Amino acid sequence: MSALIPYIDEPHPVTGVTNGKFGTWLFLASEVMLFGALFSTYIILRTGSTSWPHGYEVLNIPMGTVNTVILITSSVTMVLAWASLKMNQFGKFKLFLGTTILLSCVFLVIKYFEYAAKFQHEHYPWSSTYFAIYFTMTGLHGIHIIGGIVVNGYLWGPGSKMWKANPEQFAGRVECAGLYWHFVDLVWIFLFPVLYLL
Amino acid sequence: MSHDSHGHGGHGHGNPLADAMEHYSHLSFWRKYVFSTDHKVIGIQYAVTAMCFLLVGFGLMLLMRWQLAFPGEPLPVIGKLLGEALFPGGVMSPEMYNQLGAMHGTIMIFMGVVPLSVGGFGNYLLPIQVGAHDMAFPKLNMMSYWVYFCGGIVMMLSFLMPGGAAASGWTSYPPLSVIASNAQSWWLVGMVFLITSSLLGSVNTIVTAIQLRVKGLNFFRFPVLVWAQLITAFLLLLAFPPLEAAGVLQLMDRVAGTSFFLPSGLVVSGEQLHVSGGGNPLLWQHLFWFLAHPEVYVLILPAVGIVAEILCTNTRKPLYGYKTLVYSMIFLGFTSFIVWAHHMFMTGMGTTLSSFFQATTMIISIPSVIILTTFLLTLYGASIRYTVPMLFAVAFLPMFAIGGLTGLPLGLTASDIALHDTYYVIGHFHYVVAPGTLFALMAGVYHWYPKVTGRMFNQTLGKIHFWGSIIAINGIFMPMFFMGLAGVSRRLYDQTTYAHGKVAQPLNVVMSYAAWSLAIMQLPFLYNLIVSLWKGEKVAAENPWGGTTLEWATPTPPPHVNFPATPEVFREPYQYNSARQIMPQFSKEN
Repeated sequence: MSALIPYIDEPHPVTGVTNGKFGTWLFLASEVMLFGALFSTYIILRTGSTSWPHGYEVLNIPMGTVNTVILITSSVTMVLAWASLKMNQFGKFKLFLGTTILLSCVFLVIKYFEYAAKFQHEHYPWSSTYFAIYFTMTGLHGIHIIGGIVVNGYLWGPGSKMWKANPEQFAGRVECAGLYWHFVDLVWIFLFPVLYLL
Repeated sequence: MSHDSHGHGGHGHGNPLADAMEHYSHLSFWRKYVFSTDHKVIGIQYAVTAMCFLLVGFGLMLLMRWQLAFPGEPLPVIGKLLGEALFPGGVMSPEMYNQLGAMHGTIMIFMGVVPLSVGGFGNYLLPIQVGAHDMAFPKLNMMSYWVYFCGGIVMMLSFLMPGGAAASGWTSYPPLSVIASNAQSWWLVGMVFLITSSLLGSVNTIVTAIQLRVKGLNFFRFPVLVWAQLITAFLLLLAFPPLEAAGVLQLMDRVAGTSFFLPSGLVVSGEQLHVSGGGNPLLWQHLFWFLAHPEVYVLILPAVGIVAEILCTNTRKPLYGYKTLVYSMIFLGFTSFIVWAHHMFMTGMGTTLSSFFQATTMIISIPSVIILTTFLLTLYGASIRYTVPMLFAVAFLPMFAIGGLTGLPLGLTASDIALHDTYYVIGHFHYVVAPGTLFALMAGVYHWYPKVTGRMFNQTLGKIHFWGSIIAINGIFMPMFFMGLAGVSRRLYDQTTYAHGKVAQPLNVVMSYAAWSLAIMQLPFLYNLIVSLWKGEKVAAENPWGGTTLEWATPTPPPHVNFPATPEVFREPYQYNSARQIMPQFSKEN
């Protein structure tokens, strides 16, 4: 294939990146615009509203904090997984990427308990504009987490066969998945203070 | 680039390009023509699907034009066939009229023009023009087409919903769209599909143009069409996500009962809505136009690229001011992100904001004029060859100019007060998109037809198509300016209920007959397009028009990997020697 399509596993001399990495960055640029529009919506709705609850009055800050720590840790293990590949330690790669996937699942479980508690207190998306934006943004972020689990799960499982055939390309894929994962993490780092603390 | 394959005519064993072609020839029918990863097959799929949708969207308008010309009279034959529910007594109901209007806009823009110009021409030509053997991500390319196809199916199925398709205009302004029937949710889901498709496509386009450029093809040697597609891809990539966000929010409003776009105390049919309120209907307009203004340049830039290619081939002289043109297009792309609220002067967003957007709107007209000027100066002193594509390309210039210049009064806050939401607006943007962009796309279809199919179309039928279309299309859109200046609002089901509308009504009859004539004038085009596949004169030459860009270096029609041997670029596009002979980009000789 590489005769047909160059720069799959080696960087382009001018741009300094492979096709996949370039594409991932472009995709993330569009994601920035997606979440940017949602954060703008939040600002416009909040500034135009007469009563807006403080996040700490209605949300569970300890749970949110734990989730923040979990996501940041999962980003660290993601980098370690990629670094292990670069150091040719496939076993460690499996361990670290597995940890990342596990932590992402823990994040979703905690999120589930948070949602359940909100429903118990009769806080629904239709209750107020605050909860509307809370459920929409964290829900969309949750879908991104699930997407990350699917991608990482593929790279951990069946996708890891590529390591034998083309280690450069496989490491490239893990790096791109990592870029995406850091982005999802970053979105949460913005969501947490905006929704929970302010 | 892979130099191992360079410079050999290549059928020998061990040549990766020959191997790829060999492998491709053994694929099943499904993998070759339906679920293909070859950018040319996908380009043709996009183009054919988009042209079908263009016909559907046009057909909806032909129905509407009956009601507009003869309000309250039963549609002959068709009215009976379409059923009592939406056509009581054969007369189009107001609900049906609204559906047709909303879906006409949606289909034409999101399922017709953009997929044809970006998906069709972009997919087919961009990789060849940069000398690549395929797109950077062939599987993603295939996926983008099928996601688009699904979006189209969802949109078409919405017509079968109880109560019919979405009817809140192609802009889907809330609160109307939030309290509308279920079909609006289908519209939103369909839009999410279409947005996802163009996201995948634009990532692919950008990576292909920048990473897969062949040796010698630096940025200022790009054909204008490649530049146009590249800038368009950036617009799609960055402008569409806010609409996706807005679509998600509107879907939440409709499905989960939130109030993002519903203000407090909203009263519908005499009763207060039971919602939490506190939302902002203007928020939708901002998010929508943040996409939909750059979208205008998504519609026009590929057209500019196509016209540039055709003008340069048929004037047989270099493009005047290549770099000026490229910089203008880049500037246009950037500026298109900061003009969106000129669609919203009448919403009461305040004079400060209005003044800002008025200023940016005036600024953005400058690069458009520069683009037209470079084209006019390219024509100056040329020995023009009036082929069918050239006729369409030349007609693009005055049509786009009319569309552009009539936009200025809309961009000025004072004159917009009188013209906002009248037929004048419809006339303005249709001049840009229909006799503008669509004429350029027609030109492109004719220009690359021999390359893609290996057959020549019929020149006489092509000329009948051109002259018939240009007369008819001006007959539709020119009267709209007068009707708008007479104060007739757009989207009226029956304007004769107003005194000033009744005065202008004869114009509606003229427009309708012009629209139906335009439909008839497309018959020679369709006949030509289809029958020439078998009956057209065979084209064996690689370069039948005498083009200078890389697609004219491929065999006709191009094989699976485009180039039997990886090409190299030696000069800028559109170069001619002193004897007015072409100096193609791919030829070393001077």
